[in-house]
Parts: sequence; structure tokens; C-alpha cells
Amino acid sequence: MSKITQMDALTLGKAIAAGEVKVTEATEEYLKSIKESDEKYNCYVTVDEEGAMKSASDVQARIEKGELKSPLAGVPVAIKDNMCTEGLLTTCSSKILYNFVPTYESTAVSKLRDAGAVILGKTNMDEFAMGSTTETSYFGPTKNPANPEHVPGGSSGGSAAAVAAGECAYALGSDTGGSIRQPASYCGVVGIKPTYGTVSRYGLIAYGSSLDQIGPLTRNVSDAAAVLTAIAGHDEKDSTSVNAKAKDYTKALTKDVKDIKIGIPRDYFGEGLDPEVASKVRAAADVLKNAGASVEEFDLSLVNYAIPAYYTIAAAEASSNLERFDGIKYGYRTEDYEGLHNMYKKSRSEGFGAEVKRRIMLGSFVLSSGYYDAYYLKALKVKALIKKAFDEAFAKYDIILGPVAPTPAPKLGESLSDPIKMYLGDIYTISVNLAGLPGISLPCGTSAEGLPIGVQLLADCFEEEKLFRTAYTYEQCK
Amino acid sequence: MANIISDETIEYVGILAKLELSEEEKEAAKSDMGRMLDYIDMLGELDTENVEPMSHAFPVQNVFREDAVTGTDMRDLILKNAPEEKDGMFVVPKTFE
Repeated sequence: MSKITQMDALTLGKAIAAGEVKVTEATEEYLKSIKESDEKYNCYVTVDEEGAMKSASDVQARIEKGELKSPLAGVPVAIKDNMCTEGLLTTCSSKILYNFVPTYESTAVSKLRDAGAVILGKTNMDEFAMGSTTETSYFGPTKNPANPEHVPGGSSGGSAAAVAAGECAYALGSDTGGSIRQPASYCGVVGIKPTYGTVSRYGLIAYGSSLDQIGPLTRNVSDAAAVLTAIAGHDEKDSTSVNAKAKDYTKALTKDVKDIKIGIPRDYFGEGLDPEVASKVRAAADVLKNAGASVEEFDLSLVNYAIPAYYTIAAAEASSNLERFDGIKYGYRTEDYEGLHNMYKKSRSEGFGAEVKRRIMLGSFVLSSGYYDAYYLKALKVKALIKKAFDEAFAKYDIILGPVAPTPAPKLGESLSDPIKMYLGDIYTISVNLAGLPGISLPCGTSAEGLPIGVQLLADCFEEEKLFRTAYTYEQCK
Repeated sequence: MANIISDETIEYVGILAKLELSEEEKEAAKSDMGRMLDYIDMLGELDTENVEPMSHAFPVQNVFREDAVTGTDMRDLILKNAPEEKDGMFVVPKTFE
């Protein structure tokens, strides 16, 4: 990595603002870094060299005119390939969108552009964000920069790996059941899923609409706070966007947890958790305890029920959301067909991969007449119980601390054969989406094999400031 | 496996899902779906008798905005994405005889 690509986003932003580094120079350095290592890691589906260089010159001129004041102005970013980028290929890592060029920009991306971000390209992901390894991508798997024989996690695996490999200063990902936090943990970077409704979903290609949320993947906590500040905010184009006052999350970056009460769910440390992960996560709790936080264990309850509830709800929403891919208005259309319905069926069957079809089938079943109450409605009731369990926990604690994933990153090719086993890997992240909570994943060490391990901090809805303050304190004290 | 998925069910779900599965895919779907439903049946252990189903994590009211045109005419750009277009319209297969 060059000097520029080693900088975190805010440091690079400062150097650009001070005139020490030109935006074009920073962009060139990153494009060079992508050329050098992306053949090995496959973080990107699309690299927009021309667009990035043009945008770099424009941004440099606007900075010189004093028009751009954001701390992220001129800093190159990578965007997960499920966020629409106007005029730039957006595939969701699926064959069915292999040629889709959006005519509009997602709100999160347009907010970054307003802040002067330079978009390097679009990152690889599990097809339609369905997966935990980035292996279900139509464009081939992404490799973990810590060890290319291992997966980067998923579904935002390309974004996490690109940050870890120095192929972007930071990235945007999306998290439906852990898709920001788990790859952040596997790749040794910081990732935050904000409270549901904090970042507009407009232009985010929907998977499970009631669970999806966009968030940053960064080198450190300060960058994450700055990026979230830039992309958060009410948007009338997303009816679930929360109408709250804009916040500057970087103001929460203080080293102080003396008033913070941390709860560790005993249920998170049971069967299935790798002992190495357990010990690193407990060590992270000790760091915060030594910094003045109170730490105690408690019973969260219902932990095992989150996965079946989640997969019912997510599959149901996916089966509905993915109905729009029909081979008529955009994307892939089959070559030979007889009539309209056959064209729909063949285009979809040829265009979607196995995991996507599996979830569409399950979702169609749980929503079908006769099964709706038994499965879908039941899952929504369990979701209410899970939310209540968190409400009770947050009446006692400011922060819940636990692992992100049961193990460090598995080897490529080990996960997809057994879907339920793969789904079990989401046990610590998934309930957060059901309850709408914010959660952050922070690097807390490496395994004996040298693979990164992450610790997860959760806060109550709209308590991102507490989350950032605790995360920042941990980062400073570890 | 407690949940046995019949050929008829897979056919029916295939129609709902607008997916045409090969024989091999159908067999895989039967076993996958059966296993997933066995797993999901775990939710039956919980008493949800007096629980209101929750679709959103926090209460949201109806959200309204003025029904006003804000976009611009992007017909040609939009049609560029279409697999087939003619005279400014999407081309679709014949829908009735």
C-alpha cells in the first residue's frame, strides 16, 4: 500500500483539505491499488476509472473554490453493487441485472457525492445480498485479504475486503441480517448498521425491506461516525425513513465510558461459539471495564428463535420484492420462450442463482394461502417478542456486548453446501435487524491462524452516539 | 423430516414464485424447503397467543406527500435498459390469442 492508501478516510480528507494531496492523486493511487490486487481478491464488480478521474478533477476544483467543506471531500469510496448509481452498472451481483444501468442515484450515494466523495466503483456481494460469504455472486467469490483461501464474509464482502485491502478509503454496505457487521469482523475493519430508518433506502435494491439498512465500512470508528453523519437523514423518497433532526456523530467520539452499563448475554457464549472468539470478545469487555464501564452478564432469552423468525420474514419479503425482475423493463431476458408467462419463468429461472431461488420459493410458500398465519404471521409475532426482550435489556444496560460471528472466516467452498448451518452463523447479528437496533462490529484481535475477529456492540434504537462513544473508547484503550 | 413437501406443493409454489425448476432443482427444493420448515417449526414452541404481529420495529404512521410530478422525462434512458423496445415502448410477448 502507498502512503495515501494507508491513510484512513478522515486523515486523507484532512490532507486533501490542506492541499497536501490532490484529489486526482488520491484517486489515481487507489485505482493503482485496485489494479495491483483486485485480480487476487475480486472486491469489485465494476471499477469506474473514467468516472472516478472526472469526478476527482471536479471535486478538486470545488474544494479549491471553497465549495466543499465536508471532512470526506475528495476521499475515494467504494459502493456495494446493490445501491443504484446513475449511469453506472448496478448488478446486485446477479445475472438477472448483468446489464442494468440505473437512471437515478440512491440517496445514500447522492449524499456522499454532495459531500465530495469520489466513487471508485461497485463492490461484489452475495447475489441480492442473500448469503454470508460473497460466494453466491454471479461474478465469482471475493477473497479475504487476511488470507485469500478464506471468505471475506457477506453479503457486503466486496466492500469489507476492499477496505481491508486498501482498494478504497471506505465503503458503503447494506445489512439485512448482519451483512455489514459480519464481513467487517471477518476482514478486520469497522462496520456499523444504523437504527432502521436512519439512512434512506431509496435506490437500495430491496431484499427484506423491513430489515435492510445501509451503513459504512471503514478503517476505524472515527471514519464510521463521519460517514454515517454524511449519509444519514430524513428522505421523503423512503416512507420508512425516520424524521429526526440531523446529527453529527463525530461529536460522540470521546474517550469516556464511566457512565456506560454494559450487559453481556450469557446465551451468546454457549454451544457453537469458537473458544478463541469467546476469549477475544471477553478481553474486549475487560478493556471497557478497565476504562470505567460497568460490565455484567445477563440472560437475553429467545436468542435461538431469531434465525427461524428472520428467515421466514426475509424470504417472504424477498419473494415479493424480487417479483419485479421479469425480463420486461430491464435486465436479463431468456432467448427462447413461448408466450408471456413462459418468458417470465424462464428469464427468472435462468437469471437467478440457487440461493436466491431457494429463498423466493420459501418466501412464496410462507405467504401462500393456508400457510400465511402459521408461518409468516407467527414470525412477526416472534419478532415482537424479540423486540420486547431487547427493550427489557436496554432498560438495564446502555450497551450489549457480544461476538459478531461464531467463528473467524471459514475457508472458501465450506459454507454453501448446508444452508441451515450457514444461517446459524448469523445468530448474533440477525436479531438486531428484527428489532431495528444499531450495531457496530470492531476488530478485537486475530486467531492463531491470523484471521481477524470482531466484537459487536449494540445499543437501543437511535442511541448511535452511545455506540460510537463506547466503540471509540475501546479503540483508544485496546 | 417432519415436513414432507409434495410434488404438487413444489409445482404450486413454482407458479406463485414464477420459477421454472428443473427436475433436479425440484428435488433439491423439496428437501431444502422441508428442512427449513422443520427448523422454522421451532417457533411453535413459543406462546404468541396474545402477541400483536410486528411488521415494523417502531410505530410508523401512514406517510403522505403531495402527489406532484417532480421527475423529468427519462423515457429514452429508461428504455435503454429494456431487453426489447420499439417506438418508445417496451416490447412484450403476445399476451392473448
